[in-house]
Amino acid sequence: MTTAPPSLSSTRPPAAQVGAIAWLRKNLFSNWFSALLTVVLGLLLVRTSLGFLTWATTTAQWAVIPANLPLFFVGRYPVAQYWRIWAIVGILATLSGLSWGILSRNLAKLFDRNILIGFGVAAAIAVLIPAPIPYRILLLALLGLVLASAWIGRLVGQRMPQLGQWLSLGWGLSLLVVWWLIAGGIGLPGVRTNDWGGLMLTMFMSVTSILLCFPLGILLALGRQSKLPVLRWIAIAFIEVIRGVPLITLLFVGAYMVPLFLPGGIRLNQLLLAIISLTLFSAAYLAENVRGGLQSVPRGQAEAANALGLNSVLATILIVLPQALKVSIPTIVGQFISLVQDTTLVGLLGAFEMLGISRSILANPSFIGRYAEVYLFIGAIYWVLCYAMSLGSRRLEKQLNTTH
Amino acid sequence: MTLSNDGSEKIPFWRDDRYVRIAVQAIVVLILMAIFSFFSGNMFRNLEQQGRQFNFSFLQQGAGFNIGETVIPYETNSPYYWAFVVSLVNTLRLILVGFIATTIIGVVAGIASFSDNWLLRKLNLAYVEIVRNTPLLLQLYVWYFAVFFGFSDKGTVAELPGSILVSKKGIVIPWSNGSPIAWISAAALLIGAIAAFFIWRRRIKIMEEQGASGQREFVALLSLGIVGLLLFLFGLGWQFPRIAASGNVEGGLRMSLEYGSMLAGLAFYTGAFIAEIVRAGIQSVSKGQWEAAKALGLQPASSMRLVVFPQAMRVIIPSLSSQYMNLAKNSSLALAIGYPDIFATSQTSLNQTGRAVEVILLIMAIYLTISLIISVIMNLLNKTVQFTER
Repeated sequence: MTTAPPSLSSTRPPAAQVGAIAWLRKNLFSNWFSALLTVVLGLLLVRTSLGFLTWATTTAQWAVIPANLPLFFVGRYPVAQYWRIWAIVGILATLSGLSWGILSRNLAKLFDRNILIGFGVAAAIAVLIPAPIPYRILLLALLGLVLASAWIGRLVGQRMPQLGQWLSLGWGLSLLVVWWLIAGGIGLPGVRTNDWGGLMLTMFMSVTSILLCFPLGILLALGRQSKLPVLRWIAIAFIEVIRGVPLITLLFVGAYMVPLFLPGGIRLNQLLLAIISLTLFSAAYLAENVRGGLQSVPRGQAEAANALGLNSVLATILIVLPQALKVSIPTIVGQFISLVQDTTLVGLLGAFEMLGISRSILANPSFIGRYAEVYLFIGAIYWVLCYAMSLGSRRLEKQLNTTH
Repeated sequence: MTLSNDGSEKIPFWRDDRYVRIAVQAIVVLILMAIFSFFSGNMFRNLEQQGRQFNFSFLQQGAGFNIGETVIPYETNSPYYWAFVVSLVNTLRLILVGFIATTIIGVVAGIASFSDNWLLRKLNLAYVEIVRNTPLLLQLYVWYFAVFFGFSDKGTVAELPGSILVSKKGIVIPWSNGSPIAWISAAALLIGAIAAFFIWRRRIKIMEEQGASGQREFVALLSLGIVGLLLFLFGLGWQFPRIAASGNVEGGLRMSLEYGSMLAGLAFYTGAFIAEIVRAGIQSVSKGQWEAAKALGLQPASSMRLVVFPQAMRVIIPSLSSQYMNLAKNSSLALAIGYPDIFATSQTSLNQTGRAVEVILLIMAIYLTISLIISVIMNLLNKTVQFTER
């Protein structure tokens, strides 16, 4: 290596540093092993893609998707009430647009290239999906709604920065409205929970249980950190037992044991039982995530609060917890993503969430054996949902950091 | 500071920390006891009304159901406790093989994310992102219904690379024929591997301490390797599955489609999470370590193996333990595709006997024990890794 005189190498013209060839040489053929890998992987990739394409265009029978599109999204929700679901999606789109705009009011550019590409892809999907034309127009309108409210949110947010504090109130209120719209009652015809299904039920269960688990989860996290031994033992026992058993056992506890625990004659809704189990389950995991956040808050914060005359309860609520929760936001989003995926297990107990409804579609004699098509379709929905959430959480994390 | 001898104003007891602490704990215990007695009272009352009792005597009765695949003998009228044991063995068979498979997949995928090959990095990224962002249950369905049933469609036998045969009756992989010679060869391979390990250790030691060339040991290692390779290829009596004239598959090791899908699903799912842990662990090793290794003249592969990876292990092992626990817990999803694991058996027992409380307590105890064992073993492993640090 070092035998070559330096003068020789310095007179040699520099090898191509830019351009496609240089890129290929650097990234795909840097040495014999890398070249071998490239060839083998490339061949495999080409073969599987070709195989997939031939399957998708010849053998696959995609008719099962458009024929059951409403089932995948809302289950057996009555057709006459579909407008309520659209209203919910509209409210959520407006609110998320507004929050996005207000949170990123300090950014130089609201719609950077990646976001525009993302919206372009979403718009293309909205136009191309095999739904009736009015639905496609509605979807496009929803996308426009998000963009418009983000723009408005940014404008308003720049004028009135204190508006950000009202966002959480808006979300809380909208949640009540969403619950009302889904379930009915007070002026709207009620819809039985047996008729809820598809993606709507998946999201309903995960959002409801992650929200319900917050009080218990935070109490458990504080209990685990507590100096009082009895509280600590109880918290540790609860958290470790829940985390040590599979979710499906907890769902069985909800379905078979909780009815026995209640006074005779009370029969709870199956969906409610499932949500109780999911809530207990996520409370244990949330407790561990919040504990991570609590540990990251320096002791000096609590001591300073004590020195200012706050007692330990107030110091925890006003000083330590807000900081701990802010630190735990990314892990809580991660937990929510896995909760969305875990709700598929409720389908094993007979709920018609997205995977459960797919099983009943596949049991329909006219669609028998169409596993690959259906699973690809709902897999894509889950993937887009979860991937978008993790992207969003990464952005949120960045923006929460820059405000300091 | 002014002292006053009557300044010790008596603090009211509700603000005295000593009393408050005891009172809070007492109240919490009282509340929990009240809830517990309310629930258990209701439970006994409800059970009594339905003419049921709370005891585990049903475990002695005949189970009366079949278990699809068993390793230890089981008959339809064996008692319930035996059905639980048989299916627990099925669970252990799944998760132990799963641990090995998922570790290999995860470590390979984690290291691959540092490859200088662009295609490998992107494929690896695609694998991790697809697997982590879709539900495990869906993946298990895909493996079972779409992949393995898809291969064995129309009752034919499909051939995969590596002479693996897939048909409705199961997945058959090449395996030893189990003759005495094969067993002797396997034992010889094991002994050879242990010997090679010690020779390798000794070689490094004398090279470091005495500055010896280590050539003799190298020759010994090389000859051990050649003997091992020959034993592996010819001594084990490999049996390649083939399609007999009758259309059945002969030879090799047969796994049921259920077992194969569970194993593949769990291993690839957990592997993606392990890959992320491995990646984070390797990233946690400071850049200076890479540079120092390079300065000492080590190739990238050697720096990874000798310098970076051992240090990354300290970060990796603790998080690995929770992934193994997840794999063990997720094995309960076998229920969904009909692999007779402990959870599927307990559900059948629950439906047959109606002993919901007993069966659920039993199954929770079993999974807690499995989680506990994994955590104890991983803690021991963690200690050895941390110890080699200095």
